[in-house]
Amino acid sequence: MTETAAWEPVIGIEVHVELATQSKMFCGCAVGFGNDPNTNVCPTCLALPGALPVTNGRAIEWITKIGLALNCEISEWSVFHRKNYFYADLPKNYQISQFDIPVCHDGWLDVDADGETVRIGIERAHQEEDTGKSLHIGDGGRIHAATETLLDFNRAGVPLVEVVSKPDIRSAAQARAYAQTLREVVAELDVSDARLEEGSIRFDANISVRRGPEAEFGTKVEIKNMNSFRSLERAVDFEIKRQIAELESGGTVIQETRHWDEEAGVTSSMRTKEGSSDYRYFTEPDLVPIVVSPAWREEIRATLPELPHQRKARYAGLGVDSQTSLALSSADPQLRDLFDGAISAGADSRSAANWITGEIVAWMRREETDSIELTPEHLAEMLAMIDGNELSASAAKDVLDGLLRGEGTARQVAESRDLLQMTDAGAIESAVDAVLAENPDAVERYQGGEQKVVGFLVGQVMRATQGKADPKAVNVLLREKLS
Amino acid sequence: MPIDIDIAHVARLARLDLAEQELETLRSQLSAILEHAAKVQSLDTEGVEPSNHPLGFVNAFRADVVTGSLDRDEVLKMAPASRDGYFVTPPAMTQD
Ligand SMILES: [Zn+2]
Repeated sequence: MTETAAWEPVIGIEVHVELATQSKMFCGCAVGFGNDPNTNVCPTCLALPGALPVTNGRAIEWITKIGLALNCEISEWSVFHRKNYFYADLPKNYQISQFDIPVCHDGWLDVDADGETVRIGIERAHQEEDTGKSLHIGDGGRIHAATETLLDFNRAGVPLVEVVSKPDIRSAAQARAYAQTLREVVAELDVSDARLEEGSIRFDANISVRRGPEAEFGTKVEIKNMNSFRSLERAVDFEIKRQIAELESGGTVIQETRHWDEEAGVTSSMRTKEGSSDYRYFTEPDLVPIVVSPAWREEIRATLPELPHQRKARYAGLGVDSQTSLALSSADPQLRDLFDGAISAGADSRSAANWITGEIVAWMRREETDSIELTPEHLAEMLAMIDGNELSASAAKDVLDGLLRGEGTARQVAESRDLLQMTDAGAIESAVDAVLAENPDAVERYQGGEQKVVGFLVGQVMRATQGKADPKAVNVLLREKLS
Repeated sequence: MPIDIDIAHVARLARLDLAEQELETLRSQLSAILEHAAKVQSLDTEGVEPSNHPLGFVNAFRADVVTGSLDRDEVLKMAPASRDGYFVTPPAMTQD
């Protein structure tokens, strides 16, 4: 590549996922968000002398589940290490983590960004423990100007899984899509609250730029403090541009950690990044190795739910268009169950999907409720009645309202709300005859060549039948009688 | 064969404030330890299973059950400073 080849961003993302276990990683303290400070602490997570950690077996099960969902290899044998550093929110002065043998490694995740699907490699997913929370007091909460630090150790020792991507991400949009897709997977697995706003899922990005895809990687910068998908995308975008501008003006990029300032929309230097050897990793002597046998691994694999991308593919196979499929995939799980149930009850997949993502979602929003009484069988019944011309589209919306309120079967609601379409040919014909007799002018104008007057006559018949005649049948009948 | 160690760097990582004479003493002691490790490393371990732990068992798990925590007042009594249920420390990060 020449000096003038276009700059290519190279991005890797580290995702920290807090597991929603009942108890912490190495002690029996409760895992809870928003509890009073320092109420979930014990000798182990406060690092009091003599306290010993014992591994939470469910966390190991759940990290394996995450690894399998991310197409990772699962290490049959892995160990914990101590990562040594000094920080006030780390009571032991080391974090129990994994170093050279993580539970999961070498996986991938397909993500959709900029109109294409890209496969992002997963380097590893390892098990560790979260730190406490610090509150910096003084001078408007600015970290460098704080006069003291308040510490809450409720979060210290909460099981944390760190998922490290390969440097396969090439744009800010891909970075965002990767983070979003990963969050969707973790949420689907039901192993984490996966809430960005509560910090139960957090992202850091490693960014460098180089002269085209053949060039060596540039110096990478780590950016932190992105609290939403949007801020992740903005921060990555800003940092790519900053590095390119720096290099093009003859400067160099230094290896460091930078902090994203959401309000200012810029990254700024935090401190020079410590090299990996400075953490002086060594095997945690207080914990024995973890063995995930092939039998246990397969047992865990069998508990994997249908993942979002698998669901989208299945919906596409059912003929649901991609926009509706997307809406349905990200809908309330009870609506997805409703869809699957309605299909089993014989409903047409396209109409079921359209009604669910359209009218039903709108109804829930309008009524400000998550609680719906509609059963899959009743939805299927209603759709069959539309197909059989027993319900007009507008009458069906009324029937649906009754079904969502639990007023009975589709037929019962249609009858009690008087919404059934007139199917009696004789009754429709007499209504048509009556309208023709009452509107000699319109008949004359039609016969004089004014075709559009049919619309008016259809409207009159619909009015006479209180909207219960099938407008298409009325239209056909009118034209027959007028010709 | 003596092994070169940046003893000041090691001390800094461990937050140890050592006098020049202490640094010298520790440099030679640490060097002896590393020489010993180098000797072990030179052994032929062909065909020997790697071992990361001296104990002969694995998967010592606890069930995911909450077993309770300490009383907060008791805990905070042990700290040099506390307020409103928090531990108080000097500023955790300074501009240096
Ligand atoms: Zn604890």
